[in-house]
Amino acid sequence: MNSAQNIFFLALSLFSAGVVFSILSYNKERLANIFSSTFAILGSITGIISAVLVLIYNQSFSINTPSSFPILSYTFKVDYLSAFFVLIISVIALFASIYGYGYVKQYFGKYNIGSLGFFYNLFIAGMLLVVTANNALFFLIAWEVMSLASFFLVIFEKDKEKNIKAGGLYFYMTHAGTAFIILAFLLLYRSVGSLDFDIIRNNIALVPAFTKSLIFVLALIGFGTKAGIIPLHIWLPSAHPAAPSHVSALMSGVMIKTGIFMLIRISLDFFAGGPLWWGILILTIGAISSVLGVLYALAEHDIKKLLAYHSIENIGIILLGLGSALIFNTLGFQSMATLGLVAALFHTMNHAIFKALLFMGAGSVISKTHTRNIEKYGGIIRYMPLTAFFFLIGSLAISALPPFNGFASEWITFQALFAGIRLVSDSTTWAFVLASGALALTGGLAAACFVKVFGITFLARPRDEKIKQISESSFSLTFSMAVLAALTLVLGLFSGSVTSILSKVAGNVTALKNSGISPGADPLAIQSGDSFASVSLPYVFLILGSAILIVFIWVKLVSRKQSQRRTITWDCGTDLTPRMEITATGFSRSIITIFANILKPSKEVEIVYHAENPKYFPKTNVVNLGTKEVYQTYLYEPIHRLITRISELAKIWQNGNVNAYIMYIFVVLIVLLIAGALK
Amino acid sequence: MSTILIFLLQFSLIPLLSPLFVGIIRKIKARLQNRRGASIFQPYSDLSKLFHKNEVISHDSSWIFKAMPYILFASTLVICVGLPLITTGFRNSFSGDFLVIIYILALGTFFLALAGIDTGGGFGGFGSSREMTLAALAEGGFIFSMLVLSVIAHSTNLTDIIGSVSSLPLISYLPVLLAFIGFFIILLAETGRFPFDNPATHLELTMIHEAMILEYSGKRLALIEWAAANKLLIFLAIGANLFFPWGIATSLSIPAILGSLGIFLAKLLILSVAVAVLESSIAKSRFFRLPDLLLTSFILSMIAIGLIF
Repeated sequence: MNSAQNIFFLALSLFSAGVVFSILSYNKERLANIFSSTFAILGSITGIISAVLVLIYNQSFSINTPSSFPILSYTFKVDYLSAFFVLIISVIALFASIYGYGYVKQYFGKYNIGSLGFFYNLFIAGMLLVVTANNALFFLIAWEVMSLASFFLVIFEKDKEKNIKAGGLYFYMTHAGTAFIILAFLLLYRSVGSLDFDIIRNNIALVPAFTKSLIFVLALIGFGTKAGIIPLHIWLPSAHPAAPSHVSALMSGVMIKTGIFMLIRISLDFFAGGPLWWGILILTIGAISSVLGVLYALAEHDIKKLLAYHSIENIGIILLGLGSALIFNTLGFQSMATLGLVAALFHTMNHAIFKALLFMGAGSVISKTHTRNIEKYGGIIRYMPLTAFFFLIGSLAISALPPFNGFASEWITFQALFAGIRLVSDSTTWAFVLASGALALTGGLAAACFVKVFGITFLARPRDEKIKQISESSFSLTFSMAVLAALTLVLGLFSGSVTSILSKVAGNVTALKNSGISPGADPLAIQSGDSFASVSLPYVFLILGSAILIVFIWVKLVSRKQSQRRTITWDCGTDLTPRMEITATGFSRSIITIFANILKPSKEVEIVYHAENPKYFPKTNVVNLGTKEVYQTYLYEPIHRLITRISELAKIWQNGNVNAYIMYIFVVLIVLLIAGALK
Repeated sequence: MSTILIFLLQFSLIPLLSPLFVGIIRKIKARLQNRRGASIFQPYSDLSKLFHKNEVISHDSSWIFKAMPYILFASTLVICVGLPLITTGFRNSFSGDFLVIIYILALGTFFLALAGIDTGGGFGGFGSSREMTLAALAEGGFIFSMLVLSVIAHSTNLTDIIGSVSSLPLISYLPVLLAFIGFFIILLAETGRFPFDNPATHLELTMIHEAMILEYSGKRLALIEWAAANKLLIFLAIGANLFFPWGIATSLSIPAILGSLGIFLAKLLILSVAVAVLESSIAKSRFFRLPDLLLTSFILSMIAIGLIF
């Protein structure tokens, strides 16, 4: 028994206490909120401590408790990889819980806070179990706890029919994914004869090559559904926005990462790599998800839906790192493989932080304006200056602008991809070239998208009179956002130290044992064979800061005599109205037009005329602009039709006639008896 | 002591010379249009005039509008620290990376576009929309043209790239040339030149950069204009030094630096003439034709990468 282990179980017990006490106080909403948040906060803090003990003080642990069921055992194992994910989950859960304490108050009197606390704590505990379970059956139970708890959180605002629909879609998709995961584990069980992860890892040589690839594809579909890769993402943009914002932060920030966690576990830890096409497949999916994710985000005007699409984009970027790690591993460039995995892990962490920050910022705005449509915002920076500032930091970080953390991890991802172009020969080079192109395009489009979100939401004049009455959110909301915003900067500035811990995590994976790269503390440097690259973000931050200061002082001195006058924006002689400002639709329309082949923009015009004939004077003119989702038409609808057709066929046998069913049972019984007699 | 002086010279070269090169390009364009044109030092006078004018700021704007010119100008200065202009003696392993340069430029563009929206006018918003559309598409071409060089140099560090490309035999120079054409297209896009944008227009149908800064006046407008000039010179310098790195000093000795400075200015002049002649001979394209051009840049660099292997 070591202290990390004790503290980890203390964390789990605290979340369990949160579950129990929330539901017990279901009819006292204030008390339920206090219980739910306090236990979640305490649980998260202990979770962070235990993860840090493992990562920094090397207190990895595993524990095995047999159960009364034959193949199930409650096995935990926290190695560096698990501890890293425990850390991310706990950090985001900590700030989501602090935020939630204030955010949940708007639901008082409308919804049951006790049940929210129940599912919220259960959800976090489920995620912690998912990343620490060391037995496939136990893992599946944890997976199901996590999925179901999050399902109930998605449909928490149950009066809105849209949320129920979103929850339904999430429910179906996540269970379809789970089916693939179960199949993958069953195949492993058939070859290895155990569901224990340690035994699977040690006896992986027993699995034939074809089965390995089959398991990989099944796992990719199953965990990819959770991670939200395109085209399995359709649940994500509707489910994440439906949940309360602090839950959205957890879902988008960390829950989808459990899919990434298991992909790393299976492909690099259990299998220690595979054939070349695994990596190329992941790289391709990553490239497609990142570009399409950001394009759909550009077309979206629901602020939380837009952020959800950005999660798809960032999952794509993480997969670019993971895919290059797989390719390098297959080709024997171990140190570059570690680099790719470090890039993936670092971006996983960074995305968790800035996406949680952005969802919290969005939630802060929504709790005041009561709408998610950014066309109804405008000028909020004047009424909610802190929220605006923190949202801006998050926007800079997600657009990969230096010196924030998003830049650091995208820089490493770029270096991994560039190394691929240089080191790998033949057609695989082109996979890297296209992946680099996708990443480059994604960076630019993400910046465009966040200029849109920030500009339309926070800048210019309010588009709605109601905006003028709103005020800044309460302390618990702004505090969580402030700390997360500070973290995006700190993780950027100390990216060198962070990556050296991450390379320890990456080196812990079976495939990359003892590959030994050690990126220096600062500058963040990468040395591999004959190539070298380095960047120091503290230095960039320092020059940028001092340059701004010097320019400011200098300009102050040069034009100290000049005056400043405040007046209205130039309006061409007419009165300025909010309708003169650019809309989010207008802002992104040019990019949508350029990518019309992918996005399939649609336009419906409804004109009502004053007189039916002649149609000269229109009374109202409504234009609906939208985008069509291609995989809806080409993937999901054919599957839907196929299932309907199979169901139609099944109807012949399963016709609801009880007499027929009794006959089936009778026939089967006879057949079994005959078979038994013949034997 | 001389080391510090040379560093300061290299650092201040761009902010000091950038208005001059704007003036030179304007002068050449004027001559090509059979006009006499203003003096090549006119941009300095313009800046000085603007710094001594009073300022008008919109009621609707926030601190973003006020802070943007400082951030934009400072971002160009950050690039000057890492960009080797007349000597490769200062190998900067902290910010002398081409991805840093590209993303620092993107940081400036990000705030520029936000400030365009901030005033709530009709023009600023669509200027920002167009700018971000072009910037998003140009970024890929920019990264790829530099990627060609970094594949040759096995490094993304600018000093290392200069070292490798200058020792490249002429026979294998074709990829660099292709990448340069790709880069030149990006140069025109990023610095708001024909056929992407018209730097001399205030016609609402066509303007991009000017639309975003329409509400600015006085010292803040001066800073923006100056930052735009810096950006132009940074692009010209990248073109001159990274794609044709011959003649750049590798040591810190005074004669070598002076010779290198002369060659550097000559290369900049040639590129300025090229920009001016090109601008005088082509028309501004329709906005939705521009992505094709940017895609061309991207593909040229891809071909160049293919040629290296």
